[in-house]
Amino acid sequence: MTMIFGIPVQALMGQLLVGLINGSFYALLSLGLAVIFGLLRVINFAHGAQYMLGAFAALLLLTVGGVNYWLALILAPVIVGLFAAVVERTMLSRLYKLDHLYGLLFTFGLALAVEGTFRYFFGASGKPYAAPAQLTGAVNLGFMFLPVYRGWVVVASLAVCIAVWLLIEKTKLGAYLRAATENPVLVQSFGVNVPVLLTLTYALGAGLAAFAGVLAAPIYQVSPLMGSNLIIIVFAVVVVGGMGSILGAIVTGYMLGVIEGLTKVFYPEASNIVIFVIMAIVLILRPAGLFGKDA
Amino acid sequence: MAGKSEPIATGHVQAHARSGQIQLALMAVLLAALLIAPMLLYPIFLMKLLAFALFASAFNLLLGYTGLLSFGHAAFFGGASYFTAHAVKEWGWSPEMGILLGVLGAAGLGLVIGAIAIRRQGIYFAMITLALSQMFFFACVQMPFTHGEDGIQSVPRGMLFGVIDLGRTMTMYYFVLAVFMLGLFIIWRFVNSPFGMILKAIRENEQRAISLGYSVARYKLGAFVMSAALAGLAGAIKALIFQFATLTDVTWQMSGEVILMTLLGGIGTLLGPIVGAGLVVTLQNYLATSDIPVTIITGVVFMACVLLFRRGLIGELAASRLGRTLGMRSES
Repeated sequence: MTMIFGIPVQALMGQLLVGLINGSFYALLSLGLAVIFGLLRVINFAHGAQYMLGAFAALLLLTVGGVNYWLALILAPVIVGLFAAVVERTMLSRLYKLDHLYGLLFTFGLALAVEGTFRYFFGASGKPYAAPAQLTGAVNLGFMFLPVYRGWVVVASLAVCIAVWLLIEKTKLGAYLRAATENPVLVQSFGVNVPVLLTLTYALGAGLAAFAGVLAAPIYQVSPLMGSNLIIIVFAVVVVGGMGSILGAIVTGYMLGVIEGLTKVFYPEASNIVIFVIMAIVLILRPAGLFGKDA
Repeated sequence: MAGKSEPIATGHVQAHARSGQIQLALMAVLLAALLIAPMLLYPIFLMKLLAFALFASAFNLLLGYTGLLSFGHAAFFGGASYFTAHAVKEWGWSPEMGILLGVLGAAGLGLVIGAIAIRRQGIYFAMITLALSQMFFFACVQMPFTHGEDGIQSVPRGMLFGVIDLGRTMTMYYFVLAVFMLGLFIIWRFVNSPFGMILKAIRENEQRAISLGYSVARYKLGAFVMSAALAGLAGAIKALIFQFATLTDVTWQMSGEVILMTLLGGIGTLLGPIVGAGLVVTLQNYLATSDIPVTIITGVVFMACVLLFRRGLIGELAASRLGRTLGMRSES
């Protein structure tokens, strides 16, 4: 068997793939957080809960409505996005003029309430969600077997990340969004409806989290607490990348996922904490984050 | 959003000449009530309440008087709980030395986490403390001395100063009450010292404090370590009260709980965190037997606090007509 640094190639590639998949979720979630934070200046603690809601939406659509995976991939983010829009309109929007910490505290409470409710109705144990028939099985890449679904996760998340980046950087709506991030009062005086833009942005961020949730459903089991520990890692990813750039959030997400995967191969004991260690080092050397502009 | 934003609302009680007396009178009433309380209520429950009230007060020292929102205080609370439990059980230390180790350990942790976290402000500060305390949580899961999921069980309470047997529940209660009052006195002295005044200045306007020549980072770190040490004191006595130390106390949910206690009672008031801790602990006690998960209630209370009464119960009371007649003044 071929070895690299005394590690079988298959084990190395396997963990690299796991890292890449985790990185896909980190990238999707930190992208959503960065988009929301950019415009609303709210750290969305409910992001993990919205990710969980996406997975549950897919599961319930399948078991109750018989809706298949492909349709759920579109419907679940829409449903969660609508829910988020209602929350933003009725409650979150009252907090914009206050200290930003209130947004964090409010969404923290929201996450607890939503996760608690789902635990009450569905129990704490995970429920399986089968991958669609088209994406089962594995392909032989010569040096390893790649499960098709896992390959799909990496491709799909990358495509969505790029699409969101294009939406924000290249379209007119994205231009409004970037302008409102810089100076909301001025943009509003030009006749752009900024409050609606804020609602749309929050819904978009939540929808991205839900999309990640549907992608995750066949890999991890669907459970009420699936998002609560993930969200803290994503916070660390966001601190490392800096909130300044959308691209930064994406790149940092994949990068840290891969580093975490490699740590599992070379020093498994540290795999849980490696991202936090990197965060501490980055903060000491470059407090604004790798891609951050604000000090 | 750009532009000026309203800072964290705090019931600013010390500003009025008579308010100090009113607060002292309320504290005296509270102390009297706590002295006779174990005759009427279950002492273990009261001790739990006191430990959490001290924890919330220690947290409030940082959020209320320095304006720093730490989302990682569970690391100090739970960490100290582990240190004390280990020293007392495995090394046979006396309870007072065990508590001292817990406090020093928490202060050390606070120094490390604080030194990294104060490099960023506001929201980032909260996220960094959260992430670093989560790192400490994972470390606790893996380190052998914490015994992972089992925790450190059957910790002996031992003989205080070699003569007082803490094994008796009533003795333990009055010891916990004494520690609680001591902790509260330290906080009160600290907040009203010149150091505390500078912290308030930093909270109100950090740029101005810098331009006045204060080394803001050092003051923040000082407050952080102080708060961590006192949170550690609370965690250390909790380990002796329940005679075990568990992973639950280092989770991020615990960090959230202490924020809720402080927010509910009133950020930046001396009595607020105590009232908040009392309410949350009582609520958990009642909900423990029902099927409704506590987190639903906690989450809804959190949202209601943030949306409806940001000054908390004591802060709102101070702002009300009754509060004004009592001589409390609220500036928020």
